[in-house]
Amino acid sequence: MSWILIAEQSLNGLQFGLMLFLLAAGLTLVFGIMDMINLAHGSLYMLGAFLASTFVQLTGSFTAGVLLAIPATAVLGMALEVTLLRTLYQRDHMAQVLATFALILIINELTRLVWGSDASLPMPGALSGPVELMPGLPYPAYRLLIIVVGLAVALLLFFLVTKTKVGMLVRAGASNREMALAMGVNIRLLFTLVFGAGAALCAVAGAMLAPLLAVQVGMGENILILAFVVIVIGGIGSIRGALVGALLVGIVDTIGRAFLPILFGLFFQPRVASAAGPAIASVSIYLLMAVVLYFRPQGLFPARG
Amino acid sequence: MKIKLLAVALCFAANAHAADRVKVGLITTLSGPNAAIGSDIRDAFQLAVKLNGGKLGGLPAEVIVGDDQFKPDVGRQLAEKNVKVDRVNFLTGIVFSNIMLASAPIAFENKTIYVSPNAAPSPMAGKDCNPYLFVASWPNDAYHEAAGQHATNRGYKNTYLIAPNYQAGKDSLAGFKRYYKGNIAAEVYTQLGQLDYAAELAQVRAAKPDALYIFLPGGMGVNFIKQFVAAGLSKDIPLLVPGFGDDQDIIRPVGDATLGLFDTAHWAIDLDNAANRKFVAAFEKEYKRLPTVYASQGYDSALLIDAAVRDTKGKIEDVEAVRKAMKATKFESVRGAFKFNRNQMPIQNYYLRVVSKDSQGRLYNKVLGTVFKDHGDAYVQDCKMK
Repeated sequence: MSWILIAEQSLNGLQFGLMLFLLAAGLTLVFGIMDMINLAHGSLYMLGAFLASTFVQLTGSFTAGVLLAIPATAVLGMALEVTLLRTLYQRDHMAQVLATFALILIINELTRLVWGSDASLPMPGALSGPVELMPGLPYPAYRLLIIVVGLAVALLLFFLVTKTKVGMLVRAGASNREMALAMGVNIRLLFTLVFGAGAALCAVAGAMLAPLLAVQVGMGENILILAFVVIVIGGIGSIRGALVGALLVGIVDTIGRAFLPILFGLFFQPRVASAAGPAIASVSIYLLMAVVLYFRPQGLFPARG
Repeated sequence: MKIKLLAVALCFAANAHAADRVKVGLITTLSGPNAAIGSDIRDAFQLAVKLNGGKLGGLPAEVIVGDDQFKPDVGRQLAEKNVKVDRVNFLTGIVFSNIMLASAPIAFENKTIYVSPNAAPSPMAGKDCNPYLFVASWPNDAYHEAAGQHATNRGYKNTYLIAPNYQAGKDSLAGFKRYYKGNIAAEVYTQLGQLDYAAELAQVRAAKPDALYIFLPGGMGVNFIKQFVAAGLSKDIPLLVPGFGDDQDIIRPVGDATLGLFDTAHWAIDLDNAANRKFVAAFEKEYKRLPTVYASQGYDSALLIDAAVRDTKGKIEDVEAVRKAMKATKFESVRGAFKFNRNQMPIQNYYLRVVSKDSQGRLYNKVLGTVFKDHGDAYVQDCKMK
């Protein structure tokens, strides 16, 4: 096992973690501020990818297509909030789960009607090969772009939340909603804006991952589960928690898949190792979550003190 | 009482006579990420009926199409309906082994012949072989065995294997290893439905194998191949896949990245026989796309039924006679000549193919050579059927 392999796997973990962060950031704010469980968050991720594929085809430019898909998804998200989800805030979590689960099914079928069951979003030609980061360490150029975009969005989000007035209101809402209301914060508008921002982040993740993965109906469901794991680990309502949680999940998952089977091979017979390695690797992030929750039931960085 | 007897007598009379039409139940996957596969099987089957003037074996054909939605329980319900309510003469269409294992027994229990246009799970080749099952495709292991043989022929010393962590994944690598004589660099099982293979690709790069064999059907394969090429591995490591792993349904979304991929299959677009030339041209004309192996299997399923109905002179109520006619395989298959084994699975040739560009610049699988001649399967000795 060489250092180059470890470096490459760390980059993979970082890339995966940053994309998870984009999804988890929106989810954690909606959950933290509005006390709303939105299972349809993954549907916005899917819509972002489908919209990006359409816009890339229309404009002929990858960058323009992705940049158009982000506000379009944000508008869709806000429309969803204003028309439907707003009525769910007063209900209990079970009602929210049921309603947003129904929304997943409805959005999936609508997407199928509009786009068919899948769409394609080709990788920009200039980035479709590897670049040599260090001698002996080629890394896919497109994955590097994902890392750069992910870091940039994370920084932007950090700046918005900690340095701007809107960010202050968001933080106030997350740590004590009733008090923020009492202080005269326009919570309705704030909720709609937060929801739109969450949808925009979904679109960034969906559009950036689309050329690597597949743009297909149902792509949001699997990744949504991971996003929930991230926000539970990070602490609900905390952007910082979402970032740390996402990077932890990304790295643990990648390292687990890459090195656990090898590690097991050192201690067990090959037959046992080849069966147990992949099995443990696939549950490694859930083990991580269990351990974090055992020591810190509120998550690593709880928004409410 | 008399009336009842008369009715029974009439039924028998009807049985002995030729039927006035053939009813076929076609259950396949037409929605979800794997819809492309089912659509190819359906389209090719209907094409064969259409080219026959709407008939199978000289009788007007009625094809009842159902979507199993990639769910075994839905497939089973459709099979119940087709066999018991619609009273079809033949059942066919299912893509996936798990759905076929749940649905086809309904046909077997009611002595209705199931013609498989794809799935042929190994238990049904061996101890669970069934007189009412005819496989118009290939036994589940066959493509993998051929790929293993090809790796041996090429002299690969160190091959890296990747498959999803479920039964068919393990079976596929077992099939590969049955005919591969070299060393296994690693045998990696990924999660079923996994979409990102960055971690696995980094391990492959570090292991520096002579060749990489993957069994990753559908969307998993699409992603893997794209990421394999993006990681720059395609320059150094030959990638082998089973024949359905880089067919038209994968080539369309992946594009030029599939160019130069090797695979093994029992059929190819450019297999040189009259039936195949007719099929490929007609399919392309009708559907404006090139056919996949799945399409060739759907087409052959229809031809197999056609020949059996023809040779029993339309007396399709006599299931034993139909079985006998089917076993004779007296039709021009698009794969060329083949025959059925004792377990009613094909004994046929398997070819090495490579993704190339045709004169119009379209990607297709070109035949390079024959890997196996008249190849059967490893399970037939467990089949009690004669």
